[in-house]
Amino acid sequence: MATTTKKKLVQWDPTDIKAELLKKYPPKVARKRAKQIMINEALENETPEIMANVRTIPGIITMRGCTYAGCKGVIMGPTRDIVNITHGPIGCAFYSWLTRRNQTDAGPDGENYMPYCFSTDMQDQDIIFGGEKKLRAAIREAYDLFHPKSIAVFATCPVGLIGDDIHTVTAQMKEELGDCNVYAFSCEGYKGVSQSAGHHIANNQVFKHLVGLNDEVKEGKFKINLLGEYNIGGDGFEIDRIFKKCGITNISTFSGNSTYDQFCSAHTADLNAVMCHRSINYVADMLEEKFGIPWIKVNFIGAEATAKSLRKIAEYFGDKKLIAQVEKVIAEEMPEVEKIAADVKSRTAGKTAMMFVGGSRAHHYNELFKEMGMKTISAGYEFGHRDDYEGRQVIPQITLDADSRNIEELEVEADPTRFKPRKTAKEMEKLEKAGFQFKHYDGLNPDLEQGTIVVDDLNQYEAEKLVELMKPDIFCAGIKEKFSIQKLGVPMKQLHSYDSGGPYAGFAGAINFYKEIDRLVGSKVWSYMKAPWQTDPQLSGTYVWE
Amino acid sequence: MRKVAIYGKGGIGKSTTTQNTVAGLVELGRKVMVVGCDPKADSTRLLLGGLAQKSVLDTLREEGEDVELDDIRKEGYGGTLCVESGGPEPGVGCAGRGIITSINMLESLGAYEEKVGLDYAFYDVLGDVVCGGFAMPIRDGKAEEIYIVCSGEMMAMYAANNISKGIVKFAQSGNVRLGGLICNSRNVDNEKEMIEEFAKKLGTQMIYFVPRHNDVQRAEINRKTVIEWNKDVPQADEYRGLAKAIDANKKFVVPTPLEIEELEKLLMDYGLMN
Repeated sequence: MATTTKKKLVQWDPTDIKAELLKKYPPKVARKRAKQIMINEALENETPEIMANVRTIPGIITMRGCTYAGCKGVIMGPTRDIVNITHGPIGCAFYSWLTRRNQTDAGPDGENYMPYCFSTDMQDQDIIFGGEKKLRAAIREAYDLFHPKSIAVFATCPVGLIGDDIHTVTAQMKEELGDCNVYAFSCEGYKGVSQSAGHHIANNQVFKHLVGLNDEVKEGKFKINLLGEYNIGGDGFEIDRIFKKCGITNISTFSGNSTYDQFCSAHTADLNAVMCHRSINYVADMLEEKFGIPWIKVNFIGAEATAKSLRKIAEYFGDKKLIAQVEKVIAEEMPEVEKIAADVKSRTAGKTAMMFVGGSRAHHYNELFKEMGMKTISAGYEFGHRDDYEGRQVIPQITLDADSRNIEELEVEADPTRFKPRKTAKEMEKLEKAGFQFKHYDGLNPDLEQGTIVVDDLNQYEAEKLVELMKPDIFCAGIKEKFSIQKLGVPMKQLHSYDSGGPYAGFAGAINFYKEIDRLVGSKVWSYMKAPWQTDPQLSGTYVWE
Repeated sequence: MRKVAIYGKGGIGKSTTTQNTVAGLVELGRKVMVVGCDPKADSTRLLLGGLAQKSVLDTLREEGEDVELDDIRKEGYGGTLCVESGGPEPGVGCAGRGIITSINMLESLGAYEEKVGLDYAFYDVLGDVVCGGFAMPIRDGKAEEIYIVCSGEMMAMYAANNISKGIVKFAQSGNVRLGGLICNSRNVDNEKEMIEEFAKKLGTQMIYFVPRHNDVQRAEINRKTVIEWNKDVPQADEYRGLAKAIDANKKFVVPTPLEIEELEKLLMDYGLMN
């Protein structure tokens, strides 16, 4: 079995595979897709440009989601004490309800609206006559029922088409209700090329309407925000456990297991640690410009990566006690991780993986696969931008297109009273000289081996073709891809919602992931599966009277 | 039953022309239903003697799905059946979607069924074809013959040309055809000749030239069609003439819309003739 897999890989040169993926396309489509499929040459340090964050060609069955999904589902969904109302037909609300496995701890107040699904349930009549009245009534109803601190309204496609003025409605309702912060998101599904536009829209509104409302100074010596962590399968719980053990105070998580008040207090932290660069870097930039909080890129997926990120945070604060405590925690946690890794590695070393997830996840999980001795042979993002592949240095060269122009770019200035640089220029310089990098992200490509096939916005056809040609030992993507990949006889792991597993972050999460992947790649169940015509190509039968 | 839609630039006199023509058809003994496809709901005012009509969409909103034909269809002058689609107030919602809903409603209630005995169904449609909803009467065979009301004014001719483009699109997939241009005169120089030439270039005909006369306004003030208001004035005969021309019309074509330059040239040629 192993030899045939190897043989298959040797037969195909990466350029052949690229050609094979493009072969079926009409010339114009092939030309465009060719720019989105690249063969990684990172090791030679001449990473060519990849085309990303562009509109999917109609007719291609993309893995992407919509702008509404990115705004409501990803960024705002995990916050438990904000009532999220979907203004639109009921389907949009239903299919974005509790599908991402964001976990939450309802806390002592027990305020948790995540199990509820709120929608204005727009009907034909509301499309014709406008849905503003119904929206007003829905906000009122939600307020009367729950008295939440905050209500968020999300626009679906028809709302944009008929022009309901949701921002005026929410502003008036905020005024009318008095003790409830009401605001809206113009995150119509068609607004951007993918869910990524929704992230940006969400970032903007959270910054405009929430961040900075609560100046109360929270307890804790080393205060950070964790940006771009969504507590899928309990990832955030594990990271918070580690922070607590280290003596690091997490003021707010954007937005796994978060609360309204966390967003409002985010400006009181002293460092922003960015996990998912794609979905949240806008907020990190704005927090720095307005309040003077620097940001660094971290990654808590993978035990080594976790240790590295913790050390980075400790180094930033430069406190000897904190540094010692972090080292102590790492020393305590790592032996168990290493023990399991060593055992698992004996079975997983040399196996291959493909990952097509997120705007950062395909990068983060590469760490875990490396720790297991596995090789990523093809990877890409659903909704990443060029900087997520090639690193932030390409940002000035990214050209604005009609779709990105659709999304408001906030003009942020230093807050006249609350802007406070967390480090003096001298301190920053010293850290940078010692190799500490702020506002820095190298992207996925440098961490992939030479010859890895990097595909942006992979689609159904190319996914099946890649699996057929390269026969990976495991394929990672989302629920939409799950069953078509399994039908090809290859184990499939969802890295958006983790199937029913997790957490996979931090030290305990790494152990969970090792075990899960070991189980999946070691299982023969998919290769036993045969369609009837594979075992018995010629159908035979007899007449009943014979 | 002949299914007729009247299009044309906003303010050109579609509703007035439609209702006066319908009055002429009634005199010929025809049974006609008029469906107003304008959110203002003023397409049947002259036939009903005022805006007494409750629109389909208002009824639907107030009574729910449980609507009967009699709730939304009123009898007007000479036994004409009048329906107003209605729609949202300006700047809100989607009027196009409203027209789709109300025409579907009329169909499901049986307003077009044989037993009603209609000779004609007239759709009076708002302004230019602004979006899919307003094209509804010419889609799916809802209307089969189109008359465009225009005048010798440039913008009216632009609109007529644009509407012709819409007809071409739907003619390819259905059986909608252009029946002709109705010139509702604005006393422009060489108006008749120009519209005749324009019609010829579109591959159709100027089916009638309606001269301008203040009797139309006088009848309107009295909430009546000209024929009902004073059947002996010359303008009443003009509408009778138009009604007869439509009734006898056999020329239905897929139009050949003009390029903008061609249209501009036509205007120049006729505008500069004297």
